[in-house]
Amino acid sequence: MNRANAVIVGAGAAGGIVAKELSTAGLSVVLFERGPWYTPADCRKDDLRNQRTTVLGNAFGPEDRGFPRVVVDAGGVARIVRPSDNAYQNNAACVGVGTLSYGAQAWRYMPQDFRMKSVYGTPPGSSLEDWPIGYEDLEPFYDQAEYEIGISGDYAPDPFHGPRRRGLPMPPLPPNREWEILEPAARRLGLHPFAIPMLRNSVPYNDRGPCMRCRWCVGFACEVDAKNGSQNTVIPQALATGNCRLRTRCTAMEILMDESGHACGVEYIDENGRRERQLSDIVVVSACAIESARLLLNSKSRLFPNGLGNRYDQVGRHLQGHYYTGALGYFDRDTYDDIGPGASIAVCDYNHGTPGLCGGGMLANEFIRLPIHMIDRLPPGTPRWGHGHKQAMREWHRRTIIVMGPTQQIPTAEARVTLDPAVKDKWGAPVARIQGNCHPHTFEIGTVQAQRAQTWLQEAGAIHTTLMNSRPQMISAGQHQAGTCRMGTDPRNSVVNQSCQLHDVDNVFVIDGSVHVSNGGFNPALTIMAIAYYASGALLRGWKGARYRS
Amino acid sequence: MAGTASAGAICVAGCSCRSSSRWEFLSDAQAETLAALADQIIPEDDFPSASQAGVIVYIDRQLMGPYRRHRDAYQAGFESADRISREFCGVALAQAPPPIRQEVTSALAEQRSDFFELAREHIMEGYYGSPRHGGNRDAVSWRMLGLEEPPLRGRAKYDLSKGAGS
Ligand SMILES: Cc1cc2nc3c(=O)[nH]c(=O)nc-3n(C[C@H](O)[C@H](O)[C@H](O)COP(=O)(O)OP(=O)(O)OC[C@H]3O[C@@H](n4cnc5c(N)ncnc54)[C@H](O)[C@@H]3O)c2cc1C
Ligand code: SF4
Repeated sequence: MNRANAVIVGAGAAGGIVAKELSTAGLSVVLFERGPWYTPADCRKDDLRNQRTTVLGNAFGPEDRGFPRVVVDAGGVARIVRPSDNAYQNNAACVGVGTLSYGAQAWRYMPQDFRMKSVYGTPPGSSLEDWPIGYEDLEPFYDQAEYEIGISGDYAPDPFHGPRRRGLPMPPLPPNREWEILEPAARRLGLHPFAIPMLRNSVPYNDRGPCMRCRWCVGFACEVDAKNGSQNTVIPQALATGNCRLRTRCTAMEILMDESGHACGVEYIDENGRRERQLSDIVVVSACAIESARLLLNSKSRLFPNGLGNRYDQVGRHLQGHYYTGALGYFDRDTYDDIGPGASIAVCDYNHGTPGLCGGGMLANEFIRLPIHMIDRLPPGTPRWGHGHKQAMREWHRRTIIVMGPTQQIPTAEARVTLDPAVKDKWGAPVARIQGNCHPHTFEIGTVQAQRAQTWLQEAGAIHTTLMNSRPQMISAGQHQAGTCRMGTDPRNSVVNQSCQLHDVDNVFVIDGSVHVSNGGFNPALTIMAIAYYASGALLRGWKGARYRS
Repeated sequence: MAGTASAGAICVAGCSCRSSSRWEFLSDAQAETLAALADQIIPEDDFPSASQAGVIVYIDRQLMGPYRRHRDAYQAGFESADRISREFCGVALAQAPPPIRQEVTSALAEQRSDFFELAREHIMEGYYGSPRHGGNRDAVSWRMLGLEEPPLRGRAKYDLSKGAGS
């Protein structure tokens, strides 16, 4: 393909949607993805090598060799980490990315999540801000994502969600045993439990069958293709228009600029390791928060010597994710019924409205307990090895419940992605250097959330509980990474405008979790999808039929 | 009994010694040391011990793959285990009687040595992880935990007429 109208970097949650929206509107699109395209046939339920438990490596990329990052811990010590190391802050590298192997919780943020500063003020030392757009701006696009990608659930019992135009397209899956234990307990506590909205077919939808409720879901691909992501919805639709070309195993290295300060395409490494160029009228960066920031920073030119969009040293700042806290309950009876996807019930009573706390978070039961997870999750006092340990594994594996949730993270400008001055990837480009942590108030919120989870488990009959609220020594961005190319109206403290367009360059867009100003007390994928639909609309309104000039 | 449980899994003293190891990475002697340790971490009871379930195969294989980076730690760890064992009873860990093996393991555990933590984790992975990597032979640990194997997939168990929520 010669010059394309648009190059999109990253075939993930957002990139896939943008590809579909632009190619449907008639633009020629080249969609670059550094990883391969896996199909349901590649689903191996390997508990030691999946996308969540990676002791033998990542199932869906990146591979361990050639793609290091550098992380700096709280003590200022930098170390090189490989992609399967937790500290790497990985999502995935393949068509669909996280959406191929995710748990598929599909949350809308609440209206307050877009107005955090207005509601709570800015805690000293934090960079908590309002979004320049509100829940009402995204509502139509949340709806579009829910219906086009496909979500099951029922919001009716939850009084806390923002206004919705209609219900979800599919009913929730039938309850599992944890639901039956936790639901009445939550009601007794005066909470409002309901079925977690899920990007998962509970009934046939989009020409694919329903979930068959297998043992292991989160972290694994779905062999019956009942998990809905960009790889089995929007990307095939984009390809079907005939206007979109998907280039797998092609990694964008740099956004190319012309003399007038406009982008004119990308330089990339193709599947054979050759350095090539793809020219285009528009460049859309959808490489996920850490790699999107890195790509901009690696795109240095005469006009932008510190990286594209980085005139005010904003690219890479406010890196955030979620600090997960909760509690583990031990029961005197079986809680486990071996029915996937596992996570089933949530409450949103604690997301907002606690005096003294800047937000809170959703609480839900955990997806799975791999046997290997249990080895260090046995009741306190259990021997760490020997007969006692083995006996305890037998005793407790089927008798625990974890309730936990993503704590609303209070961002700081110091938690950030920069380029490492020394370490390079296998093609010679500087790798991401990740440093800083979330604001300490995040930990205060997380501790209260853990206690709430504990109370819920106790009410449900747990005979013993342990809090899960240890404080990480560095930012936990990982799968929920966001925030590195903040959306805002002022170029001095944000990177893109309300249309996800770089303040500095009008034909470069960043459309993915990077633009999140704050990250809600929820898993982020549905909001990222809604933003992708929303920003594609804005982009298309500015498209003048040939070249892009706003 | 636990101490000699490795007999089925690896070449023990008494069988004709081959010059080349039957392992991909470990020497026969190292495999015996590892088995002695592994069977303390996960001893035999109604269910097999670590080495009986293939944990040594698991670790040996991973040392040729993703755990290549831990080779030095294992080499050093075997030496320190043998050294402690010699201090206790004059012979290397694999030759020590079961009570001594337990004492050596306790000593390593109390030191919280990096090697002990690493080996413990890998032994557990081999025993409780997927059989496809050489350990957990016949999914024996999963069965022990009450997980059906192969897992019962499909909808037989569920009443799909019921919806969640109110
Ligand atoms: C195991 C797991 C479970 C999860 N569970 C949930 C959940 O239950 N609910 C939820 O909301 N979220 C969940 N997530 C997170 C969710 O998948 C992410 O939030 C989401 O995919 C992020 O979307 P994005 O568009 O920002 O980036 P991504 O979807 O990560 O897309 C970025 C893409 O860009 C590619 N890329 C990067 N750099 C380059 C380059 N230079 N050239 C070419 N391609 C490049 C990457 O390979 C990737 O494909 C989960 C993730 C994982 C891994
Ligand atoms: S639980 Fe359902 S959606 Fe998840 S992998 Fe199994 S069949 Fe697929």
